[in-house]
Amino acid sequence: MENEQDKIISEVTDNEYKYGFFTEIESDTIAKGLSEEVVKIISSRKNEPEFMLEWRLKAFEYWKKMKMPNWAHLTIPEIDYQDIIYYSAPKQNAELASIDEIDPELKATFDRLGIPLDEQKKLSGVAVDAVMDSASIKTTFKENLADLGIIFCSMSEAVREHPDLIKKYLGSVVPYTDNFFATLNCAVFSDGSFVYIPKGVRCPMELSTYFRINAENTGQFERTLIIADEGSYVSYLEGCTAPKRDKNQLHAAVVELVALKNAEIKYSTVQNWYPGDKNGKGGIYNFVTKRGICKEDNAKISWTQVETGSAVTWKYPSCILKGDNTSAEFYSVAVTNNYQQADTGTKMMHIGKNTKSRIVSKGISAGQSQNSYRGLVKVLKNAENARNFSQCDSLLLGNNCGAHTFPYIEVDNKEAIVEHEATTSRIGEDQIFYCNQRGISTEDAIGLIVNGYAREVLNQLPMEFAVEAQKLLQISLEGSVG
Amino acid sequence: MSEVIKKSLVNDELVDAFRKNNAVIFEQTPDFINKLRSKYFNEFEALGLPTKKNEAYKYTDIESAFFGAYKRQYSPQPLTIDIREVFTCDVPELENHLMLVNGWFYDKENKLKLLPNGAIIGSLIEATKQFPELVEKHYGKYITEQNDSLSMLNMSFAQDGLFVYVPKGVIIEKPIQLINLIVATEELMIQPHNLIIAEEDSSVSVVICDHSLNPHAFLLNSTTEVMAGKNSKLEICRQQNAHDHSVQLTNTFILQKESSFVNSVYITLHGGTVRNNLYVKLSEPHAHNKSYGLWLADKNQHIDNNTFIHHAAPNCESNQLYKGILDNASTGVFSGRILVDRLAQKTIAFQSNKNLLMTNDAKTRSKPQLEIYADDVKCSHGSATGQLDEDAMFYLRQRGISKKEACHLLMLAFADDVINKISIAPLRDEITGLVEKRLRGELSRCNRCKVNCG
Amino acid sequence: MLSIKNLKASINGKPILKGINLEVKPGEVHAIMGPNGSGKSTLASVLAGREIFEVTSGEVLLEGKNLLEMSPEDRARLGVFLGFQYPIEIPGVSMVNFMKTAVNEIRKYRGLPLLSSSDFLKLMREKKELVEIDSQLTNRSVNEGFSGGEKKKNEIFQMAMLEPKLAILDETDSGLDIDALRIVANGVNKLKRPDNATIVITHYQRLLDYIVPDVIHVLYNGQIVKTAGKELALELEEKGYDWIKKEYAV
Repeated sequence: MENEQDKIISEVTDNEYKYGFFTEIESDTIAKGLSEEVVKIISSRKNEPEFMLEWRLKAFEYWKKMKMPNWAHLTIPEIDYQDIIYYSAPKQNAELASIDEIDPELKATFDRLGIPLDEQKKLSGVAVDAVMDSASIKTTFKENLADLGIIFCSMSEAVREHPDLIKKYLGSVVPYTDNFFATLNCAVFSDGSFVYIPKGVRCPMELSTYFRINAENTGQFERTLIIADEGSYVSYLEGCTAPKRDKNQLHAAVVELVALKNAEIKYSTVQNWYPGDKNGKGGIYNFVTKRGICKEDNAKISWTQVETGSAVTWKYPSCILKGDNTSAEFYSVAVTNNYQQADTGTKMMHIGKNTKSRIVSKGISAGQSQNSYRGLVKVLKNAENARNFSQCDSLLLGNNCGAHTFPYIEVDNKEAIVEHEATTSRIGEDQIFYCNQRGISTEDAIGLIVNGYAREVLNQLPMEFAVEAQKLLQISLEGSVG
Repeated sequence: MSEVIKKSLVNDELVDAFRKNNAVIFEQTPDFINKLRSKYFNEFEALGLPTKKNEAYKYTDIESAFFGAYKRQYSPQPLTIDIREVFTCDVPELENHLMLVNGWFYDKENKLKLLPNGAIIGSLIEATKQFPELVEKHYGKYITEQNDSLSMLNMSFAQDGLFVYVPKGVIIEKPIQLINLIVATEELMIQPHNLIIAEEDSSVSVVICDHSLNPHAFLLNSTTEVMAGKNSKLEICRQQNAHDHSVQLTNTFILQKESSFVNSVYITLHGGTVRNNLYVKLSEPHAHNKSYGLWLADKNQHIDNNTFIHHAAPNCESNQLYKGILDNASTGVFSGRILVDRLAQKTIAFQSNKNLLMTNDAKTRSKPQLEIYADDVKCSHGSATGQLDEDAMFYLRQRGISKKEACHLLMLAFADDVINKISIAPLRDEITGLVEKRLRGELSRCNRCKVNCG
Repeated sequence: MLSIKNLKASINGKPILKGINLEVKPGEVHAIMGPNGSGKSTLASVLAGREIFEVTSGEVLLEGKNLLEMSPEDRARLGVFLGFQYPIEIPGVSMVNFMKTAVNEIRKYRGLPLLSSSDFLKLMREKKELVEIDSQLTNRSVNEGFSGGEKKKNEIFQMAMLEPKLAILDETDSGLDIDALRIVANGVNKLKRPDNATIVITHYQRLLDYIVPDVIHVLYNGQIVKTAGKELALELEEKGYDWIKKEYAV
């Protein structure tokens, strides 16, 4: 029985990564290595105003004195930061008058990923910013959104077109001194998405960015900034994939969210970077700093993530609850298989009065992988009446993987109620037998049970993504069942 | 003086003191102890005291706790008073208690008792003289894998302490009580080492009470090694009751063999800076560990309980419950780690930490951790920080009980959850009484004792 | 004895009680009935001083004293007893310690000498017999691990111990089998005196077979919409609450 189960587990987890293709495309690529010169080149390729270059250089100076953090439950080989290409962009005309001007190869690439850039085939109700390597390719529905005063464009464009907003908010949530990877990102970030929702506007469609790493030996350093002005609402999704390569590639992104009075931001991620092969060769090193601030009263931020990809994931989407009556949520499903390693979780900083946060984390480990939840809930002295509830569950598939939980709870106010619960378990044989008895194969049973286990988080995703995420979960675990 | 200098001075002072006094330190203990002493001293010298950068000491500043003009006694010093005259412990049913005074076995009494059933109870130094082979077999053997410089420091300086040996099949009915008394006219640093060996099928309870006779500052860095043999049954209770100027550091190492059962309860009633390290290794199948802690802190007191339960064999079970009540500007820390090895299938491990905050100047830090490498396990942990249950408060007040009294009753109930895990009934009652007084803000003096512990 | 005038109360800004008027005289038993969500339990909680409810207007006097200005414990000491619908479990607080504290605090308030331990235990024994409560229960923590019926019996036992002027029994019959119901009702009847009063809140007529009320009120949508003699209970049993809802629909 055990052997049979092991076999099914390995069948379920041995699935091939289906986004592993590479697109032959002409690129504008600079030489490997990182220096002040490289920072200047990136800034000039982007035609950035002077203030941006100054900010980048400050960050670069600061970064040179920093050390890579080693506190996570991760084993990462030495990364040679001089052996990485910091800028590579598909060559295309700077100004696109219409979709027809996009390189057909590029269009085909995004089509294969299920992200049509062609407005006729566009995803209904979803506006997409497509980013390949260091550059944004195309943002759909831009004009329709502009009618409502919504700005949805690439970060490069925002730097040029909306410098006041950039000056005010870029780095306001994640300062350039924040941490090793975020600081590196400040110096060399190439593109990403920018969203501004004006006062009182409810964004009528899902906004989404699709990140694709294509070029070899390049690092991807995108930066996203979302500002929801008073009383506004936006739901934003990001997806990511990369080709299969034997060499690890670095991805160090920064996402900043600013929710002003009565505003709400919902941010969802389906992260499916190339995880490496089943022997642990290759894959993306994913070091991401995501942080939102509920800056003013009654603001709300919700993070939802489905993390199935990357060889190494180091990611803690966090929230600063600064305004009174603000609330934050973090919903996460992290799946690791083969030799993947994930150390992910969140930070909730309760500063204002009557703040609420909720954390639901579901870790699923299979193969030889290591999966950790790491989180901090901090209630400051003046944060009266703060509430937090955290539920962090781990599911182990097989006996060669690890599941770990590292919560930190710091409470300095007597009115706070902070609760954390965590469990670790495996799929019960009785559950599988029950399904078998109803005619469901063991493999399907595990799929069902895992999806049920992750349901609370998947339910938070916009519908278009929920179906995708569910499939992804099953695929990620193919070959792992037992 | 800058912090950096201050801190390096603390380490240098300890290293110098060891070097200067090593002749007299080495003189009183046999070679096998001195060999370990040198080994651990070298390790300590290389590592130094833990800093706050050390993840395990993130919330407790150990270096600052060591900063003080502590003196050390490298040999027993004569006492001017008869301890038995001033110090009474009237908890019924406890075995006539043994006493360590300033880390040395009380010299007016028989230092090593040999019971008719073969059990040996008394001074560790005396045991090394009378039973060198037995002590050598166990001494320092249960300090494993931890790499913690506080126990290294203890191993460098340790001389006397409690030795308990319970032979195969022997059941000691009455609990053994050790009074760890500090009687000083100056500020002392004391580093006793206790060794408790329970052989196969044996059973014993040990109660350790830390007390001070006068309000001088002291630093106690105590290590206790416990070996629970196959099918043995042990209970270790520690009651920490000193004063605001005390630094109390304990390192407890418990090794459990097949089907052994260990119940450990740490009650911290009063201390300035307290750090309790508990390391449990469940090394063979079906071992069962229960560990509990309760701390009551007020003023600027800082109480830190750190546990590490290592499931190294299948079918073992561990339960932990740690609770703190924090008043004024005190800080309570709990950090607990459960490690389940790949081989440790069918593990059941449970851990819970609960804290009550009474003011906005009090702080709690909680870090429950699970590290799991086996799939067929039932592991869970929980942490909750908050205030007294509002519904229960209303219920009590609806019956005419004042808010203050209702609050007191509920705090006592909160504490009782841990206290009732002590299986020695008279001790449980005594501690309930002390906790009650402590929660009312009265000094926790035991009934007829003349010692003012507050 | 009890006089409620135009009592309005809300929770989180949502009005629940919308102007209650009620007079209860010594020696009387009043029943308050009504469909779910009509505000019955809220009325009980507000009278006992539950702080989550905000009293927005009105007056409540017990023997001329303004209850609304008092803390929950002072109301209890004055003689208001609330038999909870869902008595809470309080692990670690023993029944004996709990009751002794309560009895003595109330005695202190009333200027009576405090009971010694032996007198207190004697009183407990007497009252236990009176309400037929299992001796074992009083040796445990407050309500901890009690069955639904045991919890309700324990409420009546506490009522016997505290000898209130005004007892408000909130759905004391819910979750009781017929034997437990009889015991609870007998307890209430035995404790009835010419100088105290009882308000029984219930959803069903069943309890009123055992505790015969002098007056029945129907509470609907935060107001008392009907007041009549005990025969009203039978009418409600027969016709349900729908006709009330229709008649007083908002």
